[in-house]
Amino acid sequence: MFELSGRKALVTGASGGIGATIAETLHGAGATVGLSGTREGPLADLAGRLGDRAHVLPCDLSDAAAVDALPKQAAEAMGGVDILVNNAGMTRDNLLMRLSDEDWAAVLSVNLTAAMKLCRGVLRGMMKARWGRIVNVSSVVGATGNPGQTNYAAAKAGMVGMSKSLAHEVATRGITVNCIAPGFIETAMTDKLSEEQKKAILRQIPSGRMGTPAEVAGAVLYLSSPEAAYVTGAVLHVNGGMAMI
Amino acid sequence: MSDIEDRVRKIVVEHLGVEEEKVTENASFIDDLGADSLDTVELVMAFEEEFGIEIPDDAAETIQTFGDAVKFIKDAQ
Repeated sequence: MFELSGRKALVTGASGGIGATIAETLHGAGATVGLSGTREGPLADLAGRLGDRAHVLPCDLSDAAAVDALPKQAAEAMGGVDILVNNAGMTRDNLLMRLSDEDWAAVLSVNLTAAMKLCRGVLRGMMKARWGRIVNVSSVVGATGNPGQTNYAAAKAGMVGMSKSLAHEVATRGITVNCIAPGFIETAMTDKLSEEQKKAILRQIPSGRMGTPAEVAGAVLYLSSPEAAYVTGAVLHVNGGMAMI
Repeated sequence: MSDIEDRVRKIVVEHLGVEEEKVTENASFIDDLGADSLDTVELVMAFEEEFGIEIPDDAAETIQTFGDAVKFIKDAQ
């Protein structure tokens, strides 16, 4: 089950906690992985840890030309791209009344536009191969909203609409497009929260704890696998019951 | 019959799974040969690879029939 030998997976945001775990998990299932991210150091460390079948592909997703070039670089390094995981994301939180146009545009550009461009860039190869898996990492806030995150929530909700539309377009070609919507996951970002803040968050989560990167990666592995061929246009929520939708 | 026509016809027959006789000059990919919009994108991709040319999106939209495709490729070469 969930065997990915011979598959080539491009993972963005692989220098971060969740992205690195996703890449490790796909690699563990046999996939060749392309590790993309802005920080080359952590990517190289991860590639060193993984050993064979790991390629470092640094890319700044706020640089449109670099985003356009990434699918080709990934295909050249790995010999194709069968699986795309759009995991990279950024936040620039502020109340809408105080939100600048720049912070709106930056978050939309990295979280949504770059994801769209990467989908578009890998589709040709997937169409020819009659096989492909696209997993877009959205967020629970794309479904529920969150004060201070109008830009982030709009991008993550936009990702869902994009994924469903694309899922329609390419379904007959053996390509699936799905979203994962994580809730609160233990990462460097959530480590910075105060005990008070954490307590308030945990009260909203039926599981009574935050999720782990491995629990997100497991969901990505499933949607990337041959066994998930009949699942497309779906949003898989990984949130401990925080929002049952 | 030119070599280009033969090669284009071969791609169309293989891709759309239609009889060779149906791929005539005025045969529309969508109306006559059963292609959907994604098939036409794939046909253009296949033409690009076969002939080593680039077909921009606005040009691709004008390629509706087998004859359109042959003419475009001849002009591009």
